[in-house]
Amino acid sequence: MKARLIIVVIVLALMMVVMLVPIPYLSKPRTHHITLDSQRYEYDPGRLEVHQGDTVIIDFTASDVVHGFYLEGYGIETRVEPGLTKRIEFVADKPGKFRFRCSVTCGSMHPFMIGELVVGPNTTLYRAAATMLIGIAGTLIYLWSFKGEQHE
Amino acid sequence: MTKIDLLTAAPWLKPILRSRLFQPVLMLATLAFFVMVILTGLFGTPAGNRNFGIVFVWIVWWALLMIIMVPFMGRIWCTMCPIPAPGEWLQRRGIVKRTSGKLSTLRWRFPKRFRNMWLQNIGFLGVAIFSAIILTHPDVTAFVLLGFILTGIVLSILYENRVFCRYVCPVGGFIGLYSMMAPLEVRVKDPSVCVTHTPKDCIIGNEQGYGCPWMLYPGGMQRNTYCGMCMECVKTCTQNNIVINVRSIGSDLTVAKERRLDEAYKAFIMLGCAILYSAVLLGPWGWMKDWASMESVANWLIYAAGFLFINLVVLPGAFALTTGLTRRLSKQTLSTRELFTHYAYVLVPLGLAAWIAFSFGFALVNGSYALVVLSDPFGFGWDLFGTRDTAWQPVGTTLIPFLQTGILTAGLLFAINTAYKIAAQYSQTHRQAFIATLPVTGFMTMVTFILLGLYLG
Ligand code: SF4
Ligand SMILES: [Cu+2]
Repeated sequence: MKARLIIVVIVLALMMVVMLVPIPYLSKPRTHHITLDSQRYEYDPGRLEVHQGDTVIIDFTASDVVHGFYLEGYGIETRVEPGLTKRIEFVADKPGKFRFRCSVTCGSMHPFMIGELVVGPNTTLYRAAATMLIGIAGTLIYLWSFKGEQHE
Repeated sequence: MTKIDLLTAAPWLKPILRSRLFQPVLMLATLAFFVMVILTGLFGTPAGNRNFGIVFVWIVWWALLMIIMVPFMGRIWCTMCPIPAPGEWLQRRGIVKRTSGKLSTLRWRFPKRFRNMWLQNIGFLGVAIFSAIILTHPDVTAFVLLGFILTGIVLSILYENRVFCRYVCPVGGFIGLYSMMAPLEVRVKDPSVCVTHTPKDCIIGNEQGYGCPWMLYPGGMQRNTYCGMCMECVKTCTQNNIVINVRSIGSDLTVAKERRLDEAYKAFIMLGCAILYSAVLLGPWGWMKDWASMESVANWLIYAAGFLFINLVVLPGAFALTTGLTRRLSKQTLSTRELFTHYAYVLVPLGLAAWIAFSFGFALVNGSYALVVLSDPFGFGWDLFGTRDTAWQPVGTTLIPFLQTGILTAGLLFAINTAYKIAAQYSQTHRQAFIATLPVTGFMTMVTFILLGLYLG
């Protein structure tokens, strides 16, 4: 019983550490020039991939009606009329996947008009996956420890 | 794990629950809200995110239901749901007072082959393939809800009690399934009291209340699945034998003798829909949204066929292969079909976690629309509370991935633990049970990683 409690505590602690401990990341930042077009109800390209520390310059256009660009995590917001180009510039300093969404009501599926910016290395995903795998291993060890008793 | 009876722990609760006003007050409140949804749906702006009906049903209600009500209180929504209200009140010829005599219905017999979750499975899928349209068109939402209410009325004219809720309502099906996870239950204190108490007031009713509208016998209840928490039995039981327990989560999943294939399929359908919605609605693929929202009927047909195929064939098929493997490795003596049904209940915690993760993904992002439509429900330009011009402001977006990881991990680990408990019910030895746990664990890990990839990848 006591041993089992120790397993649970160790596994939970490990999961926390993997999820939260800061990892330094070093790389040569570069600059990306991206043209991002929007039309009901998608962005083209739908997924942007850059690296942490990179400078991102987006030329944002709309090909049917007015669309917006709200980048979660970075709090950037802008809109563009068809025929115009809006320049968005920022440094991708936070790793992970961030969705950008249309912020101008543009039709029925507007709330689901979503694109993705992945700032690599996608440590949030790797941490989540590792946390889960540790959890699974921990659960199996925990279950195995019921050898010879009843698990209720 | 010990249970705590709330009626004993909080004595003030009992008079409230025994009051005949309790349920009608809640139902009238939600009915008013419902009427508002229908009115704004039919006469308000067609722009979904500016319409009270859409925002309050698909963002506010849905988030409350999946993130709070179902996980913490099971079928509590069924206590207050307005959909069966008109039908039930017609049957009873009254709203608050316990009217004497039998229920006014034609007293038809509901066909035996439909006394299960299959109609609910079909109904849910029927709604699900149109979801991109329902979710975004206020008038369609209004018509769907009106359709539910009408069906409820018709069924309560034909049949006694809540046949609609129990066997037909597409929402009731999954709430029932996931209510097995809730840490709250209505049960009897001592089943042996029920056995010897022959009048069975809880079934036939008395002056205090009606016989169980959900057609259950509280004395035999072991799971939350079909108890609508209407509290009639709290009123009718003369033996003071009804309790409302706080219990450990998911304890209904180990009730082996009530596991059934229709419920198992419900678990697949719900899990499948959570994955598909996460991809279609929250993913970056515009073509999927076009297909799902019927840009062209031909493409929608392909989408609907694919949707049904994944839910009814791919997922259950992969799971059948998994339990086939379980059978070979662990040499459990049940048939593959029986193993399939029993192990499918591990998908209850996993599926609920998936739905919570999905709901976090859009409720926090779009919650601010609620302020706008509260002031301007029809989109006519009103400004009732001065919040009409609130800007769309996603909240907690940096937190969402962590919430999703946390809930998916918790659901998965709980599901693995449940898998072992189920395996142990059909195993002679610990080793056999442990081995039987592994294939399902593999299956669930894959499913969870797909979700994780969609959310964070
Ligand atoms: S068991 Fe009691 S609370 Fe549950 S549905 Fe029946 S009457 Fe209502
Ligand atoms: Cu748009």
